[in-house]
Amino acid sequence: MSSERKPPARLRQGSNGYLLTLQLTSDPNLLCAVRGAVERLTEAFGFSGAECRAVTRAVDEALTNIIRHAYSGAPDRPIELAFRSVVPPAGKASGEGLEITMSDHGPAINPEKMCGRELSDIKPGGLGLHFIRQSMDVVEFQRANDTNYLRLVKYVRAPK
Amino acid sequence: MEISSRELQQATIFDVTGDIDLANSPAVRKALLREVKEKRTPRVVMNLSKVRYIDSSGVASLVEGLKASRDAGTRFILIGLSTSAREVLQLSRLLRIFEVYDNEEQALAAA
Repeated sequence: MSSERKPPARLRQGSNGYLLTLQLTSDPNLLCAVRGAVERLTEAFGFSGAECRAVTRAVDEALTNIIRHAYSGAPDRPIELAFRSVVPPAGKASGEGLEITMSDHGPAINPEKMCGRELSDIKPGGLGLHFIRQSMDVVEFQRANDTNYLRLVKYVRAPK
Repeated sequence: MEISSRELQQATIFDVTGDIDLANSPAVRKALLREVKEKRTPRVVMNLSKVRYIDSSGVASLVEGLKASRDAGTRFILIGLSTSAREVLQLSRLLRIFEVYDNEEQALAAA
């Protein structure tokens, strides 16, 4: 993938307000398919190569967390993803944002536990949330109607 | 993902092809730990030149391999890191704790 930023394609949101929606089961073997879709979408959206990798990584890690923690490894539970373009907040010097909303029907998550761990402690595990927060501009957790929602947003950097 | 191993100059080289994610990182972990703990190979080299993507579970497997290697007195080496793999190790501040080379020749020549 070129490191130069491609001019963004003219992406049109559907009548449901989304660029792309995915419904999948919590099967880890599907993670590669989602990564492929996110890679292509982020390229078309106009992110740089590094930003495309960052968003792909964040989505992949979030899905992994859902599979492992919300669904305890069960491979047949539903996960939904929705992608849409959002405008940046007033005063924020950036281009459009790509918003990704992920939902699962697992037990309620405890936001206080969503902190990631101290990186100076070298040990396996506990890195997923760190990668997500490093990669995205917005990371928000919500719960409504017995559903966990994770909202991720990355803004296209304004050209210098 | 495919993983195979070969012996070369008192080293076991694991050639990994594909993405290392939640679906297959357990297989990487299992192969690594078996080599280090049971076979006690003096030098283990992970050839990641054909690994395009590695997630946090893959990194965790590498860290487990490294820790087991240290306990066993085995050298544990990574070669051929892709841009994505290098980014992930840098983000997790783990790049500095691994012995990393660009290719197999450099890894085997290292004292």
